[in-house]
Amino acid sequence: MATQESLGMRSFRVLTGAVLITWLILPLIPLAIWSFAKGWFYPDLLPRNWSMRAWEYAMSDTAGVLDSLWLTIWISLVATFLSILVGVPAGRALGMYKFRGKEIVELMILAPTIVPGIAVVLGIHSVFISMGLNNTVHGVILVHLIPTLPYMVLVMAGIFSNYDPAFEAQARSLGASPLKTFWYVTLPAIRPGIIVGGLFAFLVSWSQYILTLLIGGGRVETLPLLLFNFATSGRNDITGAIGMIYILPGIIILLLTAKHLSGRSGAVGGFGQI
Amino acid sequence: MTHVSIKELTKVYPGAEAPALDRLSLEIPTGELTALLGPSGCGKTTTMKMIAGLLEPTSGDVMFDGRSVLRDKPENRGVVMVFQNYLLFPYMSVAENVGFGLKMRKIDPAEISRRVGEMLELVKLPHLGDRKPSALSGGQQQRVALARALIVQPNVLLLDEPLSNLDAHLRFEMRDLIRSLQQEMGITTIFVTHDQEEAVVLADRVALILDGQMKQYDRADVFYKRPVDEATARFFGGHNFIPGTSDGHSFECALGKLALPAGAVSGTGRLTFRPENVRIGSGQEQENLLTAQIADIIYLGTQTRLKLIVCDTEVEAVVNPNEIESYGVGDTLPVHLPRTTLWVI
Repeated sequence: MATQESLGMRSFRVLTGAVLITWLILPLIPLAIWSFAKGWFYPDLLPRNWSMRAWEYAMSDTAGVLDSLWLTIWISLVATFLSILVGVPAGRALGMYKFRGKEIVELMILAPTIVPGIAVVLGIHSVFISMGLNNTVHGVILVHLIPTLPYMVLVMAGIFSNYDPAFEAQARSLGASPLKTFWYVTLPAIRPGIIVGGLFAFLVSWSQYILTLLIGGGRVETLPLLLFNFATSGRNDITGAIGMIYILPGIIILLLTAKHLSGRSGAVGGFGQI
Repeated sequence: MTHVSIKELTKVYPGAEAPALDRLSLEIPTGELTALLGPSGCGKTTTMKMIAGLLEPTSGDVMFDGRSVLRDKPENRGVVMVFQNYLLFPYMSVAENVGFGLKMRKIDPAEISRRVGEMLELVKLPHLGDRKPSALSGGQQQRVALARALIVQPNVLLLDEPLSNLDAHLRFEMRDLIRSLQQEMGITTIFVTHDQEEAVVLADRVALILDGQMKQYDRADVFYKRPVDEATARFFGGHNFIPGTSDGHSFECALGKLALPAGAVSGTGRLTFRPENVRIGSGQEQENLLTAQIADIIYLGTQTRLKLIVCDTEVEAVVNPNEIESYGVGDTLPVHLPRTTLWVI
């Protein structure tokens, strides 16, 4: 009976895995093929001629793909770092304490995931103009925090609702300063949350289009903007190559942090479950 | 090595009407093991946290050797608190947990490892240094928590319900360990408990706190013989409280005129005596000999609890089961209340 059940579970898992992989990988295959194709016309199943020229162009200085890649990485890393900086204390407050107006604060933090960015970005745009932040990398980083923060704060609030602050009191009592207490006691307990929340924040920032376009004013050309330009220009081969570059960080991050996303460590965190 | 003085210590939590702790004053002599005893929510743990610096008092003072420590941060007070649920850092090994306090004091790693080894030896857990806390039993975790606290040689050690999470057979082992280590190192130790038995077996002196106020601060046995009031006597399992008038030598009440021990107060009050001090009389006693009717017999294994009616007044007694083998409910028997076991409150 038990063997049968685990067999059932097993086949279910394999099936789910297969569906997920197909769903995620399948759309990428034409992209990969296009990037190596020298023309690919209906009704050919595969291109007749192959070429590296899309990749050569993408890697060349004139295309600006590499500059754009570094810029996008920089913007996403800084946005992630700032999200962590704000999200950890905010998550602690929401996860551990009761205070007046907590529901309103929660709603305000969640709002960017409900309200479309385009609805608020015009207002932000005029504020940023008055502050001289439009058309700058700083402005783009700042505006990216709108969609990244909800994820970071929500993940950290979940972590902190499982967290026992008595460990910090214990560390203080054993002679640890507040800074050392955070480093040796708090941080290891909330690390899974920081990794998972940071991952979300990075990917949300990485895939921002509208906010970057409006606040950056076309001067801050991140990879999604560049990709869109090539996609609309009809250069499918170059679009394919840039697309492959574009998805790479996501895959790398996912592989590096996979263990934190599955099982106990990512889902629960805090000391409560240990 | 540190004399602890608590002066009118008060804590009112924001939004609370009654203070969690109301003007508690206590002198804890150097090297003594003192229990703060009281029901849950009476302000014991609040007191400990204020001594440790983890909570700010509303008013009052905490002094070590005559010097106020309220301005000292918890990490600089020389006080270590061991929490009830041990709070071992889960991702550190046992040895790393024990060495944590030394690491925070920037002690050389080789020295830390040597002293951790010694300490684990002392709490009888050598060879377990590499384990994770989650791999230990509750008793072992507690000993690690104790080792982690003692290794920094604190001036004052605070223990939160040190025996309450342990099985009966581990309690005495732990009690002996705590007592021997505390005596050896001469650390002024304060522990809180809601269990009068735990307080009695472990402490030199007991401070009973009821409703945020200290009732009595004495050696443990005094609480049984000379309770200050009815609430105190009841907390220690007292049952018999008979109203009447004392003239300092004898007590006039429903049971008759009973002889009192020296030192008893005069005036109206209540006579109290512990159920286990009620004796079955032989008829030869010169004083305090009464006739009782048995209303109920409750067999408790090693002892038997009796509900007795003496002169229309209910009296509880606890006796050896063998002594009343021949008696049943409704029978009458002579009872003796030895003079020295009586007290007026």
